[in-house]
Amino acid sequence: MQFQQSVSPHITVDLQVQDVMRKVLLALLPGALLAIYYFGWGVLANIIIASSVCIVCEAAMLTLRHRPVKTTLFDLSALVTAVLLALALPPLAPWWLTTIASVFAIVVAKQLYGGLGFNLFNPAMVGYIVVMTSFPREMTYWTPPLGVADSWLSLGDTLRIMFGGADASAIDAVTMATPIDTLKTQLGLEIDIDSTRGSAQYGPLFGSLSGVGWQWINLAFLAGGVWLVKQKVADWRIPTAMLLTLGFIANIMAVVDYATYSSTLFHLLSGGTMLAAFFIATDPVSASTTPRGRWIYGAGIGALTYVIRTWGGYPDGIAFAVVLMNMAAPIIDYYTKPKTFGRQDS
Amino acid sequence: MKADLLDDEVIYPFDGGLHLPGHKAMSTDRPIASLPAPDRLVIPVLQHIGKAGEVLVSAGERVLKGQMLARPKHVISAAIHAPVSGVITDIGDYPVPHPSGLPAQCIVIENDHSDEWVERKPVGEDFHHMNSHSLRNIVRDAGIVGLGGAAFPSAVKQTEMDIATLIINGVECEPYITCDDMLMRERAMEVLTGADIIGHIIKARECIIAIEDNKPEAIAAMQAAVDEDGTGYFRVQAVPTKYPSGGEKQLIKVITGKEVPINGLPADIDILVHNVGTAYAIYNAIFKDEPLISRIVTVTGHGVKQPQNMEALIGAPICECTAAAGGYNDDVHQLIIGGPMMGFTVPSDDLPVIKATNCLLVTAQGETHPADQVQHSPCIRCALCVDVCPARLLPQQLYWYASSQNMERLLEHDLFDCIECGCCSYVCPSNIPLVQYYRFAKSEIWAKEEERKKADRARQRHERREARLLKQQQEREERMRKKREALKKKQAGNDGKADPKQDAIAAALARVQAKKQQRKLEPKNTDNLTAEQAALIAAVDKRRQQHNQQAAGVENDDKGVA
Repeated sequence: MQFQQSVSPHITVDLQVQDVMRKVLLALLPGALLAIYYFGWGVLANIIIASSVCIVCEAAMLTLRHRPVKTTLFDLSALVTAVLLALALPPLAPWWLTTIASVFAIVVAKQLYGGLGFNLFNPAMVGYIVVMTSFPREMTYWTPPLGVADSWLSLGDTLRIMFGGADASAIDAVTMATPIDTLKTQLGLEIDIDSTRGSAQYGPLFGSLSGVGWQWINLAFLAGGVWLVKQKVADWRIPTAMLLTLGFIANIMAVVDYATYSSTLFHLLSGGTMLAAFFIATDPVSASTTPRGRWIYGAGIGALTYVIRTWGGYPDGIAFAVVLMNMAAPIIDYYTKPKTFGRQDS
Repeated sequence: MKADLLDDEVIYPFDGGLHLPGHKAMSTDRPIASLPAPDRLVIPVLQHIGKAGEVLVSAGERVLKGQMLARPKHVISAAIHAPVSGVITDIGDYPVPHPSGLPAQCIVIENDHSDEWVERKPVGEDFHHMNSHSLRNIVRDAGIVGLGGAAFPSAVKQTEMDIATLIINGVECEPYITCDDMLMRERAMEVLTGADIIGHIIKARECIIAIEDNKPEAIAAMQAAVDEDGTGYFRVQAVPTKYPSGGEKQLIKVITGKEVPINGLPADIDILVHNVGTAYAIYNAIFKDEPLISRIVTVTGHGVKQPQNMEALIGAPICECTAAAGGYNDDVHQLIIGGPMMGFTVPSDDLPVIKATNCLLVTAQGETHPADQVQHSPCIRCALCVDVCPARLLPQQLYWYASSQNMERLLEHDLFDCIECGCCSYVCPSNIPLVQYYRFAKSEIWAKEEERKKADRARQRHERREARLLKQQQEREERMRKKREALKKKQAGNDGKADPKQDAIAAALARVQAKKQQRKLEPKNTDNLTAEQAALIAAVDKRRQQHNQQAAGVENDDKGVA
């Protein structure tokens, strides 16, 4: 009688990288649907463009690198990057902007570093930063959310703007700054928060919690994220640390001077806070991996986000905060090694 | 019976660990069977951790049941006994159940089925009046080793005296394995008596019998035995079901909250742990004077028709165990010695049961999912492995450093504290056979260490030799120098006076010179030749010259051709 040989352990849990990524996509769904609901066709178009470009780039790079294309594509990690990127970009971003960001994310930030598992930086955030720093004007092509606008921008108009068939004045007529951006600009003009929120021009942008639309999108990402944590796909320490730190600093600053510093709730439910906390900061490849390290890593992102949002040159500092902490992750890991079982205090 | 009724003591959880599907019920619905004594037994000399004993018998010899076949010669070693009476047909290398797959020295006995025992003198209840030393010697001579799977010689562990707490390990946390469970259910009093003997040897002040709470029957049986004992010395402690709480260090943590220090022993924190099977074997040694010649083996898995536990003689062929368990199903796939997490596969069932064989897991197709059978994906650093590691290591970092062979970092991350429990591999979504990477890295480091030691020894030898040579040379020079100095002194001292030795030398030299002069003046034998002789010599000289010229010409031709 002959038996098959293997090495222990002889059993494994039935979980694949692909399952992990599928759960991430599933958890993104509620927030993504609300983003489409509030910002219209552009979000959908962004998702489609980013996904196609990311998958094509991933396949091309895998072929060039002589890696198995089919099995690796099915790990769905490129699709996750694409969706995260698409949700971060403005809904009327020109097609080439989304394409450049996607190409950079997959080709440079991911594959040139060695592919899944080897990238030092979060690919979606690298792609975002590249277009953010190169094309700041196009990065403001946000539309007023449904509720501020009466209806979606029509599919035809959306595509005309995205594919370059509209002139600047036409674009200006349909775009509108985000609440975070608005407050920042107004503060730059020495107009305090209350006056901005009370003005006829900008007042409608703000809802009871943060910005109209934004608050519900953020809450939807929070819900998806909590589910992801419960599924043990995302780590709980990173989002907890990030949100606590961001909230804590925001709270102190708002108490000190509520006229110039936005409220805790506004910070937690504006821009990409929840998306970043649960889906970007928790990207395991580029995050810290030790239990203590994850607290530090999350807290670092929270603090840097606040600093860049409040005193930096960009409206939402999350991408920079994430990438800066990505850089620090290896060192954090090294210095936060847990005490091995039986190791005495030393 | 609800297990937590017994939990009046606090339980300290250890970090990490897994809740695994148990698969235990399949082998517990039959009582412990007794495997008939086979016709031929193959008994490996080394079945334990440590050195092999000294073989006391030779081929052709008849041995009695219970007779010692090999005697422990080293401190960490164990005796081997004949499980049956019969004739030794061979002593040589045979395949043994070992992960290496290498054959090892075995004693082969042809069973004569007369079941003739050596003379036995059981100690029985008298053990209470015996001292630790003599009891420990009985344990040692009975060849008892840890039966939880590690097979560490038990008597060696019992050398620490005045231990506060004795823990009897009935946790059995690996899936499928039920031999300890069934032993406790059926022979609780014997196990308890064995624990009493160990407690007596090490002078323990209390004895805790630890059982996972997924074994309510065993807990009830042991509790009944403890109640019957009534001394208050023993206590049954249910521990939460979590793999690997049966690991010695993890179990100590769960029960006492203390961690065995790195590079330390449980005795360092005043604790000793023995397996329930070991306690039972010690009971047999004291009360029946029966050495360790059999053990309970779980034969289970969907690859056999009737999974069950059976008491098998050491040296019985595995194929007879599986046959007694109803034989194989058609879709039989793997044979694992031990559990699915830490056991090892063997290619064939033509191997003997040994003291460490707690389980024969025969799996059906699809029952196991070994990580090493598929191409694994890259590590995504999800750190699920960090969450489950009971040693609080960073498996993802160890993997990274093991694949890049960064030995320094591996040691810095405490590679050698990995207990190879397999939790990290089990949860890995990328299916990386992590434990295999660690085993490889460990053996690489051992090999390097060995090499380094060897190189060090060679270097030291070389340096010593160089130093020796240098010293010899210096001594020689010193001697020469002294001699020269002495000579100079002498000459200086002799200045002006005639040295008789020097005169003698001068005289001798003069004599030699005179003789040489004289020889030159004597006529040579070619001085007075006849004309004929002169012509002959001239002709010979001419021929020789011609011949030399020709030879030179030929050589030149050769060169031209070449």
